[in-house]
Amino acid sequence: MITAGIDMGSRSIKVVLVEELKVDGAPQLKYGVKKAHIMMPGDLDQDVAAEKAYDEALVAAGIKREDVKTVFATGAGRKQVAFATEGITEMTAGAKGANFMFPMSRTVVDVGAEEGRGMKTDADGKAVDFAGNEKCAAGAGSFAEAMSRALQMTLKEFGDASLKSDKSIPMNAQCTVFAESEVVSLIHSSTPKNDIAKAVLDAVASRVCAMVRRVGIEGEVVLIGGMAHNAGFVQSLKTAMGVDSVSLPDMPEYISALGCALIAAERQN
Amino acid sequence: MIANYGYKDGSGEYYISIDTDKCISCSADRACLTACPKQMFETITDDYDDEVTWVKKPNCRTLAYDCADCKPSAGYTSLPCMTACTPGAIKHSW
Repeated sequence: MITAGIDMGSRSIKVVLVEELKVDGAPQLKYGVKKAHIMMPGDLDQDVAAEKAYDEALVAAGIKREDVKTVFATGAGRKQVAFATEGITEMTAGAKGANFMFPMSRTVVDVGAEEGRGMKTDADGKAVDFAGNEKCAAGAGSFAEAMSRALQMTLKEFGDASLKSDKSIPMNAQCTVFAESEVVSLIHSSTPKNDIAKAVLDAVASRVCAMVRRVGIEGEVVLIGGMAHNAGFVQSLKTAMGVDSVSLPDMPEYISALGCALIAAERQN
Repeated sequence: MIANYGYKDGSGEYYISIDTDKCISCSADRACLTACPKQMFETITDDYDDEVTWVKKPNCRTLAYDCADCKPSAGYTSLPCMTACTPGAIKHSW
């Protein structure tokens, strides 16, 4: 049985196809993950973009549309996926996907382009507590992206530059627009780029951490979402949360789509 | 599940927490829906197929303003939503 999960993020669409593997005598179901995965930029016309991303994933996997038993959607634009059987929240999908990759995980931090959230999960990957920030973009990836542009760096360079600094420069503004003004002031005062990069990522981490602390930090901590690619942010988050390690999946931006596909498979059984 | 709806901004942390385990079999007959003067609460079927109450999406970004009329500074001694919710599922962070 093949199921699909589509994560309609605010910046990009992620599709994961999962195939259930039947193993004789196995006490539990096993799934072949990432039979195909694809990420495409979002579009103003979200339903058309979802259709296109899904079709490309099917072609990449070499399977027909009718081979897919069911499709679940998640993310900000999940209601735009006309062909999805069901829509589930980002919290439920993220918790499930993270728990599948790291079965001992109990705290899941999801930082995407426009939103960040923290979830506490149980052993089955069910979200038991969650908090998000519905308003502030300064605790999400697009803020880091905008600041890296202001410093004329790629996001990769931005993250790496942050790791080269040992200074802690506080950024007080809570709003992206005002925070950008603070960055411009730091540039004008000839603050080294590495220190500015660290200040920005520390600020994002601090806002994300405030949300995660609402649900409490316990067990293994997993970071999912595109910001998990940013080594500087991971370091800042570890410091802010006061933990020694944060587990990072191979393809962190696909974890919610993966969770979605897994839930679709579970509901079929 | 404890569902926290709201945000943190420069002026403070504004979250309404709903304990969905207490909310599923509501013994108060969903009194929160009518108790809130802004009608911010809504009953939905969550991802686990349970009928629960949540805070409507647009209100999640404006809680500080939406709830201001029910706070002690406006003359209330207790919040209408928390009073109506006899199972004790609703809490405000501020």
